[in-house]
Amino acid sequence: MDTREEPIRVMLAKIGLDGHDRGVKVVARTLRDAGMEVIYTGLHRSPEQVLDAAVQEDVDVLGVSLLSGAHMPIFTRIFHLIDGMPERPRFAIIAGGVMPDEDVDALTAMGVAAVLGQDTAPDTVVERIRDVSAPAREA
Amino acid sequence: MTAPKEIVDAVLEGRNQAVARMLTFVERRTDGVDDALAVLHRSAGSAHVLGLTGPPGSGKSTLVSALARHYRSEGRTVGVLAVDPSSVFSGGAILGDRIRMSDHGDDAGVFIRSVATRGALGGLSRACLDAITVLDGAGTDVVILETVGVGQAEVDVISAAQTVAVVSVPGMGDDVQAIKAGLLEVADVHVVNKADRDGASRTVAELREMLRLSRRSAGQWNVPIQQTVAANGDGVADLAAVFGAHLEWMTEHGERERRARRNAATRIRWVAEELVLDELRPGVAAFDHALDEVTAHRTDPLSAARHLVGRR
Ligand code: B12
Ligand SMILES: Nc1nc2c(ncn2[C@@H]2O[C@H](COP(=O)(O)OP(=O)(O)O)[C@@H](O)[C@H]2O)c(=O)[nH]1
Ligand SMILES: [Mg+2]
Repeated sequence: MDTREEPIRVMLAKIGLDGHDRGVKVVARTLRDAGMEVIYTGLHRSPEQVLDAAVQEDVDVLGVSLLSGAHMPIFTRIFHLIDGMPERPRFAIIAGGVMPDEDVDALTAMGVAAVLGQDTAPDTVVERIRDVSAPAREA
Repeated sequence: MTAPKEIVDAVLEGRNQAVARMLTFVERRTDGVDDALAVLHRSAGSAHVLGLTGPPGSGKSTLVSALARHYRSEGRTVGVLAVDPSSVFSGGAILGDRIRMSDHGDDAGVFIRSVATRGALGGLSRACLDAITVLDGAGTDVVILETVGVGQAEVDVISAAQTVAVVSVPGMGDDVQAIKAGLLEVADVHVVNKADRDGASRTVAELREMLRLSRRSAGQWNVPIQQTVAANGDGVADLAAVFGAHLEWMTEHGERERRARRNAATRIRWVAEELVLDELRPGVAAFDHALDEVTAHRTDPLSAARHLVGRR
């Protein structure tokens, strides 16, 4: 049997009216080049659509890219929806993009496993995603 | 770690989270997945499996989405396997087919799964066939496979479909030739998508000419050429009707049974090969013994092989 390591599966999502997609595409390529399988949702998704898709794709990590300033209401909605799910999904949820420092604690308290802001180096992004995916891959 | 057998019942009930997990087990060949597949296989066999293939950008994902919408309007459930190539260098992949399939976001009756060509341990084709078994066993009415029709593994995947549609677009030029070469034999239906563009009727004429030249004898399915505008849904209901007619034709003419048997043959051979080869490797006592004997010229390779696989 092939003993290759299983690739980490990551969904990258853009939610709401936020049309900034350069960063998320850069991250997608970075993760692909690090050997990960990246499922990109495209722009203007709803939190419901993204959670459904992440469950169907059985990803290890769901990364939401937000530069619109709407991260607080959007993540609030995401975790509210997760609370209503029959079974808690196994993937870790992370945030990336433009988010003021003062919101990081609140996001972490909600359950966001990592907040990777604008000046995160690509290697760090890869490393952090490897880290947060570990518990999900045990599940 | 959840074991495959713990979620078989949930898969049989069609619960999406369990189906999703099982598809991962299938792809990764997790221990115990074979027992789960054995159960699921017994419940499978009622889905209509469609294959959509054609060059990148021809609108396959958009068409899959439009077809899914159509089947949902008939109350049928839909499962999609979208196969995308992986990077040759890193093994990673960016799977973008979902971008065009977004409007089913919160409908539990549409299940979409993206598959990377290199992600599957034990081969893409086998993983895809097992994935079909999972979706079929979960009670999905229509399973749609999307692949770019290049590479033997992908042609193998598409041959697992009951109805294969080859998608082309107006103005492809040389690409029509490419279709001729590889996919003509497997096409049950030709789709000219982007029929809103100039040159659609010329592409249809070219395809018709190509079909006329191919040797098709009487009593065979008459391969239709359908025009669609996947982007706005034009022609999609007609296309679905043609898929339905093809399934009916196959059932009436015994072709459905023939294809099912061909499929079964392929799958039995794959796993038989795996079972046999698993015993034929250094470290297995009988194999090491055979190596000694053949190397020392006390026996010959054929006799040793016959002995090992239990056929004298
Ligand atoms: C380019 C740009 C645009 C382009 C976008 C082009 C495109 N297709 O992406 C255009 C001109 C269209 C645009 C429009 C607007 N923009 Co603009 N835009 C920018 C700008 C200058 C750079 C963004 C960028 O592309 N950076 C380069 C990429 C590579 O970096 P990045 O996106 O930050 O991504 C990196 C990290 O954040 C991280 N990352 C990002 N996502 C994710 C996800 C995950 C999972 C992970 C792990 C990491 C991660 O990794 C990436 C790579 O290193 C920023 C200012 C800034 N300095 O950020 C403003 C900025 C984002 N825009 C802003 C605004 C207000 C707008 C507009 C509303 C302006 C207007 N009034 O019309 C519109 C809104 C458009 C819309 N529908 O959303 C504000 C947002 C303010 C806020 N958040 O409160 C900013 C911050 C400018 C500012 N200082 O005011 N914009
Ligand atoms: N004009 C036109 N564009 C279409 C049609 N169907 C799909 N497209 C566009 O063609 C591009 C590729 O579509 P996609 O479904 O991703 O193609 P795939 O690579 O074959 O899966 C997208 O920009 C679609 O919006 C159509 O019928 N007409
Ligand atoms: Mg596609």
